[in-house]
Amino acid sequence: MNTIVCMKRVPDSATRVRVTPDGAGLDPAGVKYVVNPYDEFALEDAIRRKEEAGEGKVTVVALGPPETAESIRQALAMGADEGVLLVCAGSHDALSVAGALADEIRGRDVDLVLFGKQAIDDDNMQVPQMVAEFLGLPCATVVVGLEIAGRDATARREVEGGHEVVEFSLPAVVSTQKGLNEPRYPSLKGIMAAKRKPLEEREVILEAPTIEFLRLDEPPAPAAGRIVGEGVDAVPELVRALRDEAGVL
Amino acid sequence: MPGALAYAEIRDGAVSRASREAAGLARRIAVGVGGEAHVVALGPPGTETAAAQLAGFGADRVYVGESEALALCQPDIAAAAIARLVEAGDYDAVIFAATSQGRDIAPRVGARLGRSVASEVIECRREDGAIVVRRPMYAGKAIATLRFTPGPAVMTIRANVFAPAGEGAAGAVSSLDLEGLEGRVRTAALEQGDRDRLDVSEATTIVSGGRGMQGPEHWLLLEALVEALGDEAALGASRAVVDAGWRPHGEQVGQTGKTVSPNLYFAVGISGAIQHLAGMRTAKVIVAINRDADAPIFGVADYGLVGDVFEVLPALTEAVREARRGA
Ligand SMILES: Cc1cc2nc3c(=O)[nH]c(=O)nc-3n(C[C@H](O)[C@H](O)[C@H](O)COP(=O)(O)OP(=O)(O)OC[C@H]3O[C@@H](n4cnc5c(N)ncnc54)[C@H](O)[C@@H]3O)c2cc1C
Ligand SMILES: Nc1ncnc2c1ncn2[C@@H]1O[C@H](COP(=O)(O)O)[C@@H](O)[C@H]1O
Repeated sequence: MNTIVCMKRVPDSATRVRVTPDGAGLDPAGVKYVVNPYDEFALEDAIRRKEEAGEGKVTVVALGPPETAESIRQALAMGADEGVLLVCAGSHDALSVAGALADEIRGRDVDLVLFGKQAIDDDNMQVPQMVAEFLGLPCATVVVGLEIAGRDATARREVEGGHEVVEFSLPAVVSTQKGLNEPRYPSLKGIMAAKRKPLEEREVILEAPTIEFLRLDEPPAPAAGRIVGEGVDAVPELVRALRDEAGVL
Repeated sequence: MPGALAYAEIRDGAVSRASREAAGLARRIAVGVGGEAHVVALGPPGTETAAAQLAGFGADRVYVGESEALALCQPDIAAAAIARLVEAGDYDAVIFAATSQGRDIAPRVGARLGRSVASEVIECRREDGAIVVRRPMYAGKAIATLRFTPGPAVMTIRANVFAPAGEGAAGAVSSLDLEGLEGRVRTAALEQGDRDRLDVSEATTIVSGGRGMQGPEHWLLLEALVEALGDEAALGASRAVVDAGWRPHGEQVGQTGKTVSPNLYFAVGISGAIQHLAGMRTAKVIVAINRDADAPIFGVADYGLVGDVFEVLPALTEAVREARRGA
């Protein structure tokens, strides 16, 4: 089975987000970049499937600035076979990114296209669904369980208050959620092997989006709250404040 | 005439609150330009009855698509039907609630229409005719402002931020032709846990417990408080307690859990780590109960109570019950 995993390089979730004074974007100073955590579930799934089947190929496709190559090497160290970097600096709208990824995937011999459910920088949750539409493929999002038998797939998706079971046939697009598996750490051997695996780099030009980015701001600092008191004695004052001041009871 | 379209989710025969918020925003956008607010609902035969409620919520027109195949949501059929409706109409905005369904369908509609999509919108206004939205990024650590180019502005809106549509004059109901639309995915089953209990992402009041609760057996105390707070309340949890296996992942609030924006959020025995705050800092009113007066949660709380959860919770539950009875 041939699997493509779409992977994004994103600022680590522990990053202290600072916006540049002109509101143009994230201040890159001191930001540490990682493989988008949800994409690690996708990678792990692809690699396990290949290992279990004893055959197949896992291709990682990432669109981003040149440094993204580092993150692709990390995926190759986990066990992916080859990488494609679509070089494109700056941050981009999901529709444009999905268009470029779909163009890259179209025409390839692929059974499964895996994504994370969400990139933790833009928090869009859009690219997988859009790629599926562009390619005319079935798509299951926010997946925590995936079974494949022959060409038939069954996925368990996380939805409000429970799970939804969906069925479709391959080739298909799936976006992964925490719970699907425990991603591995690259082994030393894997890191060495990754250096010799193919990584193709190509410049891409994205289609103009239909939404313009105007600015980025830090959220307003929370208004200073107050301590209503200590222990059980403060309960009546808390309830009074919630009812009379805040009007939420 | 330009207008706005909202997607209505029908659950258990009723229009969800989140959908009424989408309809409310559609109304507001449409009114600004003297246009009409439309709503589209899809589901199995019988959906029309529920959807008719929406006409009463101020929609000028309600489109209802009914098909046996839609007993469970089929996102690609929904996307195709909605895109077709948008192409035939003149809409400035196409609005979905940021629910599992909305998040799944909106990007497909965007792709079909060649339109960008704004996710989890928290503000929406018109500026020189263009639709301008604001939305959180980096788990709420920054807010982006975006402007749509002319054409339908496709978006999902964060729950509990926009005012739901109120009662209004009844509009017309038209049926939507789903002929020829086929899904590539079949939704086979919906496994819902305890449906008596509201999901944390849908609740307007949330009581979240953290490691300070000391063990899963003490959740009875939090359940009692939820009960006292009424039907719109639900339980939440910190990751520490989910990782410890005390509570299911579905209840986790935060960066790797759910993002919530309730009217009232109780953080009980939760320290207030940045990853937890990422999921709840936009709650309208935050109450923190913690025995450590220096816990970071007090930095974001509107009301803090320093104390032991085991002493405070029973008294608080009783006082809330009392206050709500009086209300
Ligand atoms: C990548 C990443 C993602 C993460 N995602 C999430 C996420 O989505 N959600 C999340 O919540 N966390 C997340 N975390 C974990 C987060 O960093 C914290 O570890 C976690 O939120 C702590 O949970 P807690 O507040 O329940 O526990 P603690 O930090 O241990 O706090 C317990 C609190 O209870 C108080 N307490 C103890 N006993 C009592 C008592 N008897 N009465 C009153 N107060 C008492 C203590 O003073 C303390 O403040 C993530 C971490 C990482 C690295
Ligand atoms: N620039 C990118 N390159 C490769 N994959 C991406 C890119 N952006 C998003 N994705 C994929 O799409 C998923 C969802 O991203 P998003 O829709 O931006 O939240 C991510 O988890 C990735 O798998």
